[in-house]
Amino acid sequence: METKKTSLYQLHQDCNAKFVEFAGYQMPIQYSEGIVEEHKFTRNHSGIFDVSHMGQLFIYGGDELIKDLEKIFPLDLKNLRLNHSKYSFLMDKDAGIQDDLIITKIKEGFLIILNAACKDNDFKILKELLNEKYQMVLDENRSLIAIQGPKSSQILNDVIDGVKDLNFMSGNLFLFDNQKVYITRSGYTGEDGFEISIPNNFADKLTRELIDKGSKLVGLGARDTLRLEAGLCLYGHDLDKDKTPVEANLKWAISKERISKGGFIGSDIIIKQLNNGVTKIRVGIKPEGRVIAREKTKIFNQSDVHIGEITSGTFGPSVNGPVAMGYVENKFSEKNTKVFLEVRGKKHAASVCSLPFYKKSYVKGSN
Amino acid sequence: MSEVKYSKEHEWIKLEGDIATIGITKHATEMLGDIVFAELPEKGSSVEKDGTAGVVESTKAASDVYTPVSGEVLDTNQEIVDDPSKINQDPENNAWFFKLKIKDKSEMDSLMNKKDYDKFAKESNS
Repeated sequence: METKKTSLYQLHQDCNAKFVEFAGYQMPIQYSEGIVEEHKFTRNHSGIFDVSHMGQLFIYGGDELIKDLEKIFPLDLKNLRLNHSKYSFLMDKDAGIQDDLIITKIKEGFLIILNAACKDNDFKILKELLNEKYQMVLDENRSLIAIQGPKSSQILNDVIDGVKDLNFMSGNLFLFDNQKVYITRSGYTGEDGFEISIPNNFADKLTRELIDKGSKLVGLGARDTLRLEAGLCLYGHDLDKDKTPVEANLKWAISKERISKGGFIGSDIIIKQLNNGVTKIRVGIKPEGRVIAREKTKIFNQSDVHIGEITSGTFGPSVNGPVAMGYVENKFSEKNTKVFLEVRGKKHAASVCSLPFYKKSYVKGSN
Repeated sequence: MSEVKYSKEHEWIKLEGDIATIGITKHATEMLGDIVFAELPEKGSSVEKDGTAGVVESTKAASDVYTPVSGEVLDTNQEIVDDPSKINQDPENNAWFFKLKIKDKSEMDSLMNKKDYDKFAKESNS
């Protein structure tokens, strides 16, 4: 299958992007300044991310759709207000995570943002689960542009007036060049920021205007170091079908209202795990030295017993050291538990830590 | 009179008498991106031509560093271990990796000169 290109492909080339194939798309991994500089620029100023490879699924419907979606997702959707977003998962009957997603209540129904590698399968699953009762569009005609970092609110507001009044995890329709764009205040970096759903033909123009105002393009490489420092999960690595939301330490995302009654896919297992606990759980892992523990690195306890595995690990430019997360046996999940990571045949000391590794001191509205 | 040669694994080697100084090329650093970790061989250890003699890691991935010749490790550059970003800044001078007492100078013969390496690097890039 031929790899796809996003609407910003030419702009990426103009900015000297290095490309990688990701989920069937030619995506920029970094630009000329490199991952560390792009990471720091996002933390200190403003970075633009082309995430057009992600799925934008529109499902149209009213009250009946809400009821049907509540049979799928562990969310209190009937109380989700217009233009508000929630983080959630598509689970299988064993509560294994098939994808993690953001669902937003829009006027005509719901907008669900899906991972690029999962979107086609998600679409199929959801279509079946909803018995083809509703109009569903996995929209390839829209791009998705994220702008993240402390200066992003001002920069985006200079181009699209009013966005700075959005609250976190909420959105609205705005106009850019007389085109309807849907903007939410959200992101994947641990920074204040926005995600902009815009018709493909206008994505390049908007992005160039944001660059003119002082933002810079940032590649998938820095997106990964930023999200890992922020303690956020990457599907296919930290989350997959063999892990449940409770094991992933994401029970905060499951509506309490729904737990008491169940009735969503995987609810039996979720309720059981919430009551009885889990055997493995996702934790932050901080190596003591400079050695980077990458995905699949084995974790040992102090008695040299294998207790888990790293699922994501890299060097965190803002932390200025290695950062990782992984799954360990529940009894070793306590903060500050000393563990050892086997890298290239040697055991390196590390400790279990709370997430995120990097917490923003920035207060919304102070700039 | 010193001689600088290059390996297909993108190491450079400078020979002065029977002391060889080894590092990675600018082209290698450009392919790797920002280097954030470096591990060097132990002083006093012996390394074999084309064997692993260290590791560099970028934010993206780990890569082995090979030695283009055999010998005994006389010295290693602690500065690049403490601050790996120096490797990106000055890979072919100050950011050398290790010094060897070379075992067999004829191992230099199979390595490339600058002109051949530049051509090789350019081709391996595409």
